[in-house]
Amino acid sequence: MKDSIIRGIKFIGLGFLEPLIRLINKEEPKKNTKEVMRKIVAPIASVFIFIGLWQLGSSSLYNKEAAYKIEAATRNQGEEAAAKLKACMESGDSNCQPNTLPSPAQVYAAYQVLLEDHKQISADKKAFAEKTFEMNKKRVAQGKRAITYTGRPSFVDQIKTSLKTVFAGFLLALFIAVPIGIVLGLSKTLRGSINWIIQIFKPVSPVVWLLLVFMIVKTLTKNSDSDSSFIISFISVGLCSMWATLVNTAMGVSSVNTDYINVAKVLRLRPLQKIFKVILPASLPLIFTGLRITLSVAWMVLIAIELLAQSPGLGSFVWEEFQNGAMDSNSKIIVAMFVIGFIGFALDRIMLFIQNLVSFEKETI
Amino acid sequence: MSQLIHNPKIEKFPSNEVMLDLIDLKKVYPTPKGDYVVLENLNLQIKKEEFITIIGHSGCGKTTMLSMMAGLNEISGGKISVLGSSIKGPGPDRGVIFQSPSLMPWLTTMENVMLGVKKVYPHATKKQKEDICKYYLHKVGMESSFYKRASEISQGEQQRVGIARAFAIKPKVLLLDEPFGMLDSLTRGQLQDVLIDVWNKEKITAVMITHDVDEAIFLADRVVMMTSGPKAKIGDVLPIEFERPRTRKAILEHDDYYKYRKHLIDFLEH
Ligand SMILES: Nc1ncnc2c1ncn2[C@@H]1O[C@H](COP(=O)(O)OP(=O)(O)O)[C@@H](O)[C@H]1O
Ligand SMILES: [Mg+2]
Repeated sequence: MKDSIIRGIKFIGLGFLEPLIRLINKEEPKKNTKEVMRKIVAPIASVFIFIGLWQLGSSSLYNKEAAYKIEAATRNQGEEAAAKLKACMESGDSNCQPNTLPSPAQVYAAYQVLLEDHKQISADKKAFAEKTFEMNKKRVAQGKRAITYTGRPSFVDQIKTSLKTVFAGFLLALFIAVPIGIVLGLSKTLRGSINWIIQIFKPVSPVVWLLLVFMIVKTLTKNSDSDSSFIISFISVGLCSMWATLVNTAMGVSSVNTDYINVAKVLRLRPLQKIFKVILPASLPLIFTGLRITLSVAWMVLIAIELLAQSPGLGSFVWEEFQNGAMDSNSKIIVAMFVIGFIGFALDRIMLFIQNLVSFEKETI
Repeated sequence: MSQLIHNPKIEKFPSNEVMLDLIDLKKVYPTPKGDYVVLENLNLQIKKEEFITIIGHSGCGKTTMLSMMAGLNEISGGKISVLGSSIKGPGPDRGVIFQSPSLMPWLTTMENVMLGVKKVYPHATKKQKEDICKYYLHKVGMESSFYKRASEISQGEQQRVGIARAFAIKPKVLLLDEPFGMLDSLTRGQLQDVLIDVWNKEKITAVMITHDVDEAIFLADRVVMMTSGPKAKIGDVLPIEFERPRTRKAILEHDDYYKYRKHLIDFLEH
């Protein structure tokens, strides 16, 4: 029972809970207490320290900004206006808050606002769907287009859009980079002759990829009404992020242990058998390392690309909030930052989980 | 006639047929500092069903020679023939057991053996092929681990499976490059027994490199000594005339044993 729990949590990457479970089972109390301190208590403490430092930093920035604002008001509008501003600030009215790094509490409040907003919008959407259900049925029967909800997307909708884009980009990278990587890995000649493309395009910035894709997709989708901003952003994400997989796959395939290759030679395996039975399984760990890097790069560049491509998602959410410029917006940006971070972390864990499933080697971290 | 009776080799190999023939073999490795001639004028005849062990100083070119026999390494000069015809690349008529077990760690022991069996018995049914794999795995004492992944068993067990895999493709010649070098002496002894046992039943020709003089004597019909490189060749050949089946105990008690041992060590020390 206990052992299977431990195996389970290790499998999903929560191995740090192991000493706690052992401690609850009264196993080696001394050693496990120490382990619990090291693996659970200390990290939790670090979270509090982090929040504390953030609080200190933000309040000192707040005071600085507030003092500056009041001083400016005194200088430009006189004592009276300054006193009014000060009172307004102290009342907590968001219209006159100094615009600076928000405090943890403000960020938490913004988080709840965003959740509330999401609930509201979901309810609206549902109501809209119910209201237009009959009419849409008729319209579809008549061969007309159904009416769809066109209201503002909620924060959660933006997250979903971003995830959709990143997965589309990741799949694109996978389907381009893995096959090409395998072919390159198998042929020394090809590797040598194509290497310059990889070396030159790998370091190109996401922005440039976006512009390039934009040039091409704009022309290609001229006469169709497909969602070109989605297409542009997912293709750009795919192109930016595929290089790690390409390089790792080619390396994995070309550096398969010569013993395995010799075995394949001695057994005279046919080329396809050799590739599928020997070379691919042997290079799977490296391919997955590449895919893991690809996914995290994809998620990282996605935000910038969405921001530039004006395609819906977390990137444009952040950008719109930033242009909004209110204190409340700053808090929302920080919420988005944490969400981006957590999702990136979760994606990496998922990849690690799959990697450990398919890998014949010892678990990697 | 009396000559024949006095020559134990001929009693043992009635056909006296040459299995492997290395003629004026030469190997050159190009290096940045110019060509390095590892082997030159190397001549060796290995008879059918013979067990040959090869000893020589580290780096003299033993692995080079064996991998050329296997067809995994190009021949720079001279030729190697199997039953009279020159070899062209590797093939299942010559099984190889490498120093590291080199099983595919992502396959089960059974699948590892199956890899070769499929190739050699393309028309057998799935059941028949599985039976062949099981037979050889049984022979090497791995009957309880058919479905274990190769990465989950010990080095010694992996090498057992390696032996099963090599024998299962029914090679005419088995080439072994220090196959037990990485194992502890107890496991090594067990695997020597396994090897001799299967070799005996399958009636194949074996060529094995070893750095262990006792192992060389225990297993071999003839011990081949290579001179030190560069331009290494066969320095001396020592026939081991112990009866088979051999036991370690009987051999250690035999007077000739120390004679053989001294011969080999003298060669290596000069
Ligand atoms: N691919 C290679 N290229 C150049 N030199 C090599 C190569 N393989 C082996 N050698 C050299 O050839 C010599 C013999 O090597 P090897 O056959 O592995 O020796 P042994 O197995 O007897 O220890 C060594 O000096 C080694 O450095
Ligand atoms: Mg060697």
